[in-house]
Amino acid sequence: MEGSGSVVILAETAESGAPAAISLELLGLGRDLADGLGADLSAVILGSGMGDAARELAARGADEVIQLEHASLSTYNPELYQEAMLGLLKSFTPRVLLAGHTAMGQDLLPRLAFSLSCGLVTDCVGARVEGGQILFVRPVYGGNALATQRVTTATAMATVRARVGEAKAPTATPGEVKVIEASFAAPVRLEPKGRETLEDRECPLEEAPVVVSGGRGMGGEEGFALLRELASLLGGAVGASRPPVDSGWAPSTCQVGITGKVVAPDIYIAVAISGSTQHLSGMSEAGKIVAINKDPDAYIFKVSDYGVVGDWKQVLPAFTAALREAAPEQGGARWA
Amino acid sequence: MGLRIIVCAKQVPDPEGPPSSFEVNASERKVIPRGIPPVINPFDENALEAAIRIKESVGASITLLSLGKSLSRAVILKAVAAGADASLLVEGDAFEPSDLDSSSTASLLAAAIEKAGGYDLILCGRQAADTNAGQVGLGLACILGIPAITLAQKVEVEDGRVRVERVLPDGYEVVEAPLPALVTVSGELGDLRYPSLQAIKAAKALPQTVLGPDDLGVDPHGLARVETVGLEAPKRERSCKLVEADTPEEAGRKLALVLRQDKIL
Repeated sequence: MEGSGSVVILAETAESGAPAAISLELLGLGRDLADGLGADLSAVILGSGMGDAARELAARGADEVIQLEHASLSTYNPELYQEAMLGLLKSFTPRVLLAGHTAMGQDLLPRLAFSLSCGLVTDCVGARVEGGQILFVRPVYGGNALATQRVTTATAMATVRARVGEAKAPTATPGEVKVIEASFAAPVRLEPKGRETLEDRECPLEEAPVVVSGGRGMGGEEGFALLRELASLLGGAVGASRPPVDSGWAPSTCQVGITGKVVAPDIYIAVAISGSTQHLSGMSEAGKIVAINKDPDAYIFKVSDYGVVGDWKQVLPAFTAALREAAPEQGGARWA
Repeated sequence: MGLRIIVCAKQVPDPEGPPSSFEVNASERKVIPRGIPPVINPFDENALEAAIRIKESVGASITLLSLGKSLSRAVILKAVAAGADASLLVEGDAFEPSDLDSSSTASLLAAAIEKAGGYDLILCGRQAADTNAGQVGLGLACILGIPAITLAQKVEVEDGRVRVERVLPDGYEVVEAPLPALVTVSGELGDLRYPSLQAIKAAKALPQTVLGPDDLGVDPHGLARVETVGLEAPKRERSCKLVEADTPEEAGRKLALVLRQDKIL
């Protein structure tokens, strides 16, 4: 059957309507797996009016893009997306279905896996082909161990963290786009009743090139104003470990850690963060890690590239001021 | 009959333990907890708190359901005392956590729930602190054929429906479903309350049912779909360039300089 045995990635779009960064990364990872398995690479995108995004995916490495269209798929609805995907997966059996470990991926893939009796590995930080089988690597015990797992069913499913795969350059010959009208077999029971946006999505934490985070040692919400100042100077976003969120100094949308957001920016600046395992699991893949902490024995220094032992109240304003003085004329933007 | 809530609660090694308390045994592909007690998975505690708030607002009977090889009765007692009405323990050597995956766990819990005799709402934590998979709640709902809503920060029941504030990356959305339904609960909902000593004493008299592998009629062997083939300790440590100066302010300025020189910023 056409498409059976293939590597399939489930794409999603960013606010702009273009494919999300994670989806291009999945195409890169999917290409490596497909080459290792000698299989084709397909992308599936669900929504309404997804033509541009589908063509972009076809240009970025997918042999085939399935554009699963329906007006009711314009925003993520668990049951409608589930039904649309189950309808599609009646026609072929992928070797592996990859999605981002995103709000959608975390909610949808378990539904699909249990509906189809497939094995699913979530929150993967790596995937590779070895001896004809796919091995997935994922953190367990709050990141205190890394497990390598394999799926024993015909189709393997996995959710993959941001920045695990590497997006590939556009190909000379784009893949084919196939438009399919979605159908829904089962009635919908969940009823969405509206949403509240709390976070400024101009610079989403997961995509920020620089993240400036505060920890328990910030002592209150006042210090977070200084972190915001530094973040905005560097064109980045503000994060937090769990204690400031629990204490209400920072919104929960800021939380970096295994149960908050997992980030892998070019530069992560950890201020007054001791470095608990659950926080480290959310940021240890950052390019360079800079720590400011008054405790010389804080674990964060062991996992950092640069550190200052000192009270952030004195270190941080001087650091920010020195960076500002040194900033080139365009200001605001990063000058790396 | 009033509202019947089942809260699924897994016992895990205390996730707040330091990294040294999680010994990675690569040859047996197991993490061995050292010197840390079992606790109720923190997200399952959030789920229990959600149940207790519903009970306070509209009335409900709460059954705490736990599955494991050998469950700490002290941990169960303390959780039940926070506001549950009964406990259902599924226990046996066949339920060694490292032998079960999300699929076999969901099947076992579904079988136990069928035995428990009726429910309106099932609450689970969003994921367990040991396996971090986040699959069992959705799997359980799929097996039982009931609607599921994930990542709740608020759960309310009214007129046979559950209304959930569901955490999103940039805020939250409100979703409703008819009962019976399953909801997975996130940390934003709030911590489980502490029981009083008096409540702990009184909880000893609450009904407790213990089921073994034979009672369930489900053999977990062969149900797993995911196999762990390797386990290792993560390599996180880096070599840190400490920037030193006479005063903290000077160190801050020097850090900016060093990061520029090294073309980091």
